[in-house]
Amino acid sequence: MEYTADMFKPVEKDIEGAEAIVRPSVTYWQDAWRRLKQNRLAMIGLWVIVIITLIAVFGPVLSPYSYSDQSLFDQNMYVSKEHWLGTDDLGRDLLTRIMYGARISLTVGFLASLINLTVGVVYGGVSGYYGGHIDNIMMRIVEILSGIPLLLYVILLMVVLKPGLQNILIALGLVYWLGMARIVRGQILSLKEQDYVLAARTIGADNSRIIYKHLIPNAMGPIIVTATLNIPQAIFTEAFLSFIGLGVNAPMASWGVLANDALPSFRSYPWQLFFPAIAISITMLAFNFLGDGLRDALDPKQRK
Amino acid sequence: MGGYVLRRLISVFLVVFVVASGTFVLMHTIPGGPFKKEKALPPAIQRNIEERYKLNDPLWKQYADYLKNLLRGDLGPSFKYLGRSVNDIIRDGFPVSAALGAWAILFALVVGVPAGIISALNQNKWQDNAVMAIAIIGVSVPNFVIATLLMYVFAVKLRWLPVAMWGTPRHVILPMIALAGFPAAFFARLMRSSTLDVLSQDYIRTARAKGLSWYAVVVKHVVKNAILPVVTYLGPLVAGILTGSFVVENIFAIPGLGRYYVTSIYNRDYTTIMGVTIFYSAFLVLVNFLVDITYGWIDPRIKLVKAKE
Amino acid sequence: MRRLMSVLACFVVLLMITTASFAAETLAKKQELSFNVGTEPETLDPAKSTGVPEAIIELNCFEGLTRMDEKNVPQPAIAESWTVSKDGKTYVFKLRKTKWSNGEPLTAHDFEWSWKRALAPETAAEYATQLWYIKNGQAYNEGELKDASKVGVRAVDDYTLEVVLENPTTYFLQLCNFPTLMPVNRKVVEKNPEGWFQDIKNYIGNGPYKIVKWDHSAVMELVPNENYWRRDEVKLSKLTLYLIDNRQTALSMFETGQLDWFDDPPISEIPRLEKEGSLFRSPYIGTYYYMFNVTKKPVDDVRVRKALTMAIDRQMLIDRVTRGGQEPALAYVPFGLADGKPGADFRTVGGNDYIKENLAVAKKLLADAGYPNGKGFPTLTILYNTSENHKKIAEAIQEMWKKNLGINVQLTNQEWGVYLASRDELNYEVARAGWIGDYMDPMTFLDMWTTTNGNNDTGWSNKTYDNLIFGSFKVADSIARAKMLHQAEDILMNEMPIMPIYFYVNQNVMKPWVKGAVRSPLGFIDFRGAYVLEHK
Repeated sequence: MEYTADMFKPVEKDIEGAEAIVRPSVTYWQDAWRRLKQNRLAMIGLWVIVIITLIAVFGPVLSPYSYSDQSLFDQNMYVSKEHWLGTDDLGRDLLTRIMYGARISLTVGFLASLINLTVGVVYGGVSGYYGGHIDNIMMRIVEILSGIPLLLYVILLMVVLKPGLQNILIALGLVYWLGMARIVRGQILSLKEQDYVLAARTIGADNSRIIYKHLIPNAMGPIIVTATLNIPQAIFTEAFLSFIGLGVNAPMASWGVLANDALPSFRSYPWQLFFPAIAISITMLAFNFLGDGLRDALDPKQRK
Repeated sequence: MGGYVLRRLISVFLVVFVVASGTFVLMHTIPGGPFKKEKALPPAIQRNIEERYKLNDPLWKQYADYLKNLLRGDLGPSFKYLGRSVNDIIRDGFPVSAALGAWAILFALVVGVPAGIISALNQNKWQDNAVMAIAIIGVSVPNFVIATLLMYVFAVKLRWLPVAMWGTPRHVILPMIALAGFPAAFFARLMRSSTLDVLSQDYIRTARAKGLSWYAVVVKHVVKNAILPVVTYLGPLVAGILTGSFVVENIFAIPGLGRYYVTSIYNRDYTTIMGVTIFYSAFLVLVNFLVDITYGWIDPRIKLVKAKE
Repeated sequence: MRRLMSVLACFVVLLMITTASFAAETLAKKQELSFNVGTEPETLDPAKSTGVPEAIIELNCFEGLTRMDEKNVPQPAIAESWTVSKDGKTYVFKLRKTKWSNGEPLTAHDFEWSWKRALAPETAAEYATQLWYIKNGQAYNEGELKDASKVGVRAVDDYTLEVVLENPTTYFLQLCNFPTLMPVNRKVVEKNPEGWFQDIKNYIGNGPYKIVKWDHSAVMELVPNENYWRRDEVKLSKLTLYLIDNRQTALSMFETGQLDWFDDPPISEIPRLEKEGSLFRSPYIGTYYYMFNVTKKPVDDVRVRKALTMAIDRQMLIDRVTRGGQEPALAYVPFGLADGKPGADFRTVGGNDYIKENLAVAKKLLADAGYPNGKGFPTLTILYNTSENHKKIAEAIQEMWKKNLGINVQLTNQEWGVYLASRDELNYEVARAGWIGDYMDPMTFLDMWTTTNGNNDTGWSNKTYDNLIFGSFKVADSIARAKMLHQAEDILMNEMPIMPIYFYVNQNVMKPWVKGAVRSPLGFIDFRGAYVLEHK
C-alpha cells in the first residue's frame, strides 16, 4: 500500500482539547487517600483504631460495672461469664477498667502523635532547612530541653496544677517532640541538597513551599515510623507520670497504669498483666499498619 | 570547618550552663529538701544540718559556690549518701551503665539494622510481616515487663542465667536484651522505611542496570544511604542508654548511674541531681555533635556550614 | 483477742525458729547466710544514721553498753554491770575490758567522746534526739551550751562510765543499744569526720562482725570480728548483705537460692509463700493511720472524724487488701510496748477497742453533724504518697466510705517531697501516714501529737494532752507514768485527729534452715548468734 499525501489531513487545532486533563485532577492528598484505600493492611489498621475508639467511648456505658466498683470477695478472679476478662486485686471488672483506660491511653497516644507531627516536624524541618546559625540555636534549645530532667518539670507541674489528664498532656507537650525534631532535621539536612529542591527554588518556590511540599513529604518514612513508635512510649510515660501522681486520679487507670499495677502479681495472676498489654499491642499494631500505609501513600516517589 | 567545630564546642558549655541553671532553679522551686523526711526533725537539728551543708546560704550564693567548685571539676558531696562525693558516684556508676548501654546498643544495631533491611528487601512478604510484627510487639511491651519476664523465664524457671547483680558476662545478657528491645525495634522500623526510600531512587536502578549484584548494591549503596535516620536517633539514644536506664538497672540490681538520675530527684539530693544532670547533658551535647559530624561523612551533600561561611 | 493471740503466736513461732537450739540439729558445713538489706545504706556512721537498713548493718558491726536479748530486754554487753541512782537519773556503768576490731582497747573514754560527738552541732546528726535524755544533751546539741564538759556523760576511769540524765528515763538502757549511742573509733573518725566509713579498712567496730567488702548499691560482705569479746558465740563464717531495692528481684534471688532472707515480698505472693512455709511474721512496732486536717471542713467536726473512723472494715482491709496478717488498729499505740508493771503490755492494758466499727452509729454521727445519709457532704480528698500499697488501701477505703456513708471521696497521689510539703502546710483533708517507733516505749508514739511537735501535721492541739505528755517526763514511777500516757491516748482517741488502721507486722521471707538470728520489733536484726542448719 502506498501512502499518499492526500490520505492525510491536518488535525484541527484544538487548543481547549489539548489543554484538557483527561484524568480527573487529584491533589497530593486525594491521591494519597486513594492509594491508602487500596492498602488492605492499612485499612484494617484504620478500622481497628475506629473500633477501639468506639469501644472506649461507648463500651463503659454498656458495661454493668463501673471502673471503681469493688467486690473484695471477688478479687483476682480469672475469666468468667460475669467478668469476661477477670477481676483485679480489689475485685473490679478488668474489662470495664480496660475500656475506661482506653480513653486515657488513646487520648495520650493521639496527642503524642499530634505533637510529634506538628511541633516536632515543623521545628525539625525549619531547623534543618535553614541550617547554619538558626539550626545551631534551634538544636541547642532541643538539647537544653532534653537535658533538664523531666521529673523536675513534672514535680513542679504537680505543685502548680490540680491533678488531671491536662497535666500529662502539658508534660508530654514539653518534651515529646524533641526526638522527632532531631530526626526530621537530620533528614532535611540531607534532602535539601537534592536536585529537585534546587529546581523548585529556581522556579521561584518560597521556603515554606519547599519545606512543606518537597522536603517533608520526602522525609515521610522516618517521620511516620517515629510518630507511630513514639505512641507506646507516650502511653508508658503517662503510666509513669500517673504513678508518681501527675495525671488521672485512682481508681481511674490507663492501660499503662493497669500493666504497671499488675506487674508485681504477674506470677499469680498473669492475666491482669496480659490483657492490658494485649490491648496496647493490638492498638500499636493497628497504628503501625496504618502508619506504614500512610508512609507508602504519602511517599511522592511511589506516586504513580 | 575549624570555625564550626570551635563554635560547637563553645555552645557545649553554653548548653550545659543553661541546663545547670535551669535545673538549679527548678529543684529549689519544687517542695521538699534533702533532709526533709517523714519524721520531722526538731528545729535545732534542722538548723545544725543546714549550717553543716550550707543550705541556709542565700540561693544565689549557693549557686555561685557550686559553679566555682564545678569549674574545678568538683561536683560536691552527696546529701543522701554521706561521705560520698558526686564525682565518686559517677565514677562508680558510669562505667557500669556505659558497659551495659554499649552492649545494648550494639545488640540493637546488630539485630535491628539487618532485620530492617531484610524486611525492606522482602517488602510485604512473610519475612517482612514477621519482622515487623515482632518489632511492633517489642515496642508495645514496656521494658519493665520484658525485664521481669526475661528474669522469670531464664533465671528463675530455666536457671540458665543469673537473676540479678553485675560482674560476669553472664550477668550482662538479660538486662542487655531488656534494654535493647525498644531501640532494636525502632532501628528495624526506621531501617525498613529508609531502605524502601533508597531502593526507589534512580541510582539504585542505575547500579543494578550496570550489572552489580543485589548483594553489592545493598552493601555499597543502600545501607550507607539508608542509615541516616538510625544515626540521628543514635545521638539521644546513646546519651540516654549509656547514662543508664533506671528501670532495667533497678530490676536487675545493677549498680549503674541510671538509678541516681531518678532517685536523686526523689531524695532531693541537690548535689547529685546537679552533678548527674550536668554529666548527662554534656554527654548528650557531645554525642549529638559527633552525630552531626557523622552526617557529613555518611552523606557528603550535607553541609552544616553554609557555603558563604 | 483472737488476733492478738495470733500475733503472739507468730512471735513465739519466730522465736522458736530463731533461737531454739535442739540437740538433733545438724549444722551446715558452710556457715554462710545472706540477707537483703533493701537499699544502699545512706551512711554507716552510727551517730548519723536514721534508717533501719543502716541500723541493721551497724548493730552487727558495733556493740553498745547493752545488747537486746531475744525477748527484747537489754542485757549487759560492753557494760558488765551498772547501778542506777534512786531518782532514776544517774547511771554508773562498769565496762568490760574489750577491744576494737583492730585490737586496740576500748574504754569508757571512747563512749564519752562518741556520745559528745553525736551531740556536737557540727556533726549535724539527725537522731541526736536519742541523746537529748542526757543532762544538757539538748542544750549542747542546740548550740546554747558550748561547754561539752557540762554534758552528763563522763568517763570516771578507763572502765567506768557515769551518765546523768535530764529526767528519769525508763527506757534508757534500751537506748544504749541504739546506733546513735554506739562507740566509734576516735582515731579514724577524726581523720575524716564525714566519710571515715567509706573506706572499709577504716570501719573499725567492736561488734560481732566486720565488713570486708562493700560494692555500692550491690552487696556487702561481713566476716566475724576476731577481736569481739564473745567471738565464740559467732557461728557464721560469712554474712552477705545485699543492697537490692526491688522486692521482685529479691524474691527471684530467694527462689534460686542466692538469698536466704528478705523483707516485704510483693503482696500477691504472700499467700503462696505462706503455704510454702517461707513466710515468718515478726512483730514490728508501728501504726498505719490516716490523719485528719482538723482545720478544714468537713473534718474539723469531731463527729465527722468519728463517723469516718467507724465506717471502715479493718479486718476486711487486712485480709483482702494488705494481706499481711496485720492487726486491726482500734487504738493508736501498737502492741509490744511496756506498760507500768514489769511484763505488762501497754496496748493490752489499754485495750485495743477505742474504736467501734459500727455503721449505724457512724451514720448517726454523720447525721448529727448535718449530713444525713451523706447529703450535703462535700467531696472528701484522701492524700497519699506514691506507692502501690498506699494506693490500694486508699482505693478500698474510698469505696468503703462511699458505700457505707454515701459520701463522695476522691484520691490524690503525690510524689514524696510534694506530699510531705502538703502535710506540713496542712494542705489536705485526709492524708495517709504511718509511724514506726524509734524505741520501745509508748512515748515514741504519743509525744508527736503535742501542739509544738514537728510531726503533728493535723492542726490538732490539746492543752491537757500536752500537759500529760510533758508532765510524764518528770515522773520516775513507771506505773504513774503509764497511767498518764493512757490518759493521753484516751484524749487522742476521743478527739480522733487520726484514724488508726492497722498495726504493722514484719514480713520475713526466710529459708527454714536459718536459725538463731533475732529480729527486734524495731526492725533491727541481730546476727550474732545466727547459724545455718544442714540443708540440700
